Amino acid sequence: MDMLYEPSIHLQQVSFSANDKTILKSITGSFPKGKITTLVGPSGAGKTTLLKLCNGLLSPTDGQILIDNQPISTYEPTALRRHVGIALQAAPMVKGTVFENLALPRSLQGKKLTKEEAIQYLQDVGLDQSFLQRSTNGLSGGQRQKVSIARTLINQSSILLLDEITSALDRQSVQDIETLIATINKKYNVTMIWITHNLQQALTIGHFTWVMMDGELIETGKSSLLKAPVNPRVAEFVQGVNA
Amino acid sequence: MTFTTLSLTLIFVLIPLLLSKTLKLGLEKDTIIATIRSIIQLLAVGYILKFVFDAQSYLYIFLMVALMIVAATLNARKKGKGIQGITWKIALTLIVIEAVTQGVLLGFHIVPATAQYIIPISGMLIGNSMVLSILFLNRFIAEITNHHDEIELILSLGGTPKQAIHRQLMNAVKASMIPTIESQKTIGLVQLPGMMSGQIIGGADPIQAVQFQLLIIFALLTTATLSSIMIGFLSYPALFNERMQILEMK
Repeated sequence: MDMLYEPSIHLQQVSFSANDKTILKSITGSFPKGKITTLVGPSGAGKTTLLKLCNGLLSPTDGQILIDNQPISTYEPTALRRHVGIALQAAPMVKGTVFENLALPRSLQGKKLTKEEAIQYLQDVGLDQSFLQRSTNGLSGGQRQKVSIARTLINQSSILLLDEITSALDRQSVQDIETLIATINKKYNVTMIWITHNLQQALTIGHFTWVMMDGELIETGKSSLLKAPVNPRVAEFVQGVNA
Repeated sequence: MTFTTLSLTLIFVLIPLLLSKTLKLGLEKDTIIATIRSIIQLLAVGYILKFVFDAQSYLYIFLMVALMIVAATLNARKKGKGIQGITWKIALTLIVIEAVTQGVLLGFHIVPATAQYIIPISGMLIGNSMVLSILFLNRFIAEITNHHDEIELILSLGGTPKQAIHRQLMNAVKASMIPTIESQKTIGLVQLPGMMSGQIIGGADPIQAVQFQLLIIFALLTTATLSSIMIGFLSYPALFNERMQILEMK
């Protein structure tokens, strides 16, 4: 990764194991501040685990993670998770309405979300205000993902971790979300780490990319590396996805 | 009742044994073990109670109650295997329940401070509390397993473990209390409670039997509420580590 960029997150020989299974093997690398880095690689490469480590839902079994040059362990967990927001892949919802879900990040801090704010966040992700009082049980996969993205934005985190947030969306919605993420990234200088299986998306939206396989970081660099990969494993992966 | 007439009641054991055998339910072994255990345990308790009642010593009363708490704890803890320190958490809950209920009953002279009252009432309350604890732990663990994503979501948004687990905890508390509340709604209409029936069979005045039964059902409400809430609030912190991460249940 280009050392000209100040890192928002830096991983120093980070490993993670669970139930005697090694999921991440000695990962070292940085996510540049204010940039969008995509994480690509086959399923089971350890990408989601990496995001959970950065949000503090998991802790490394070895190595160190620095968030804005501070060891992650020095952050108070709730403050860390507001600073480093995450949109989880399954877009889980709490039982209740869309509004209750959007208000959740605030209510956890004893604060309120106004109806007007909620409508604005919904519009940002391409949903109209009629969704506000709808039960989350009746939402489609794509609508859940949109609500999940809107909810993640409410904490106004400096770093956003996005786990396959457009996998259940139609082409138009994918474009809308890509535009929204690019706008937030530019307007508020938010650092983004985005897991995607869509290499075209990684090329168009990502400034940088990490290619992960079997718990290892195979290659990092500008997203354009996906166009003409030098590393044979990356080339094979890219070929496989594009086939 | 003589031992000869009592032995005739074994007909009630033979019926389920025969049915189990005929329908291949495979419950014969368990039925025989349960029958033998109940005969040995109740006869032993009968002789012990006779000894304790005759002695009228507070030390023996204390030991009997302590034995009940230990037995109830060891039985209930099996359902909370994945929760660290569950044994002492259940034991503490049962001790508090016994202290609160007996404190009220004896402190206000509602019942005399004798072994004949303290031991049977303690048995009913601790027994009920044990069942409540088992119901609570069963439901609580199921809630956590089924709603792991929701708990993780709240943590990921910056919620505390208490906020993350609140809904699952309350659902488990409510679910474990429902049988106690529902059975009290139909008490006397559908079934006559065991203690009241026993007193009436033993020749006591039905009104007095009802009064004692009311005492017990009111006390059971307290034990039901206290058991679930105490075990719940004592248990949930063990499900998280100091970094507020949910631990995998083993």
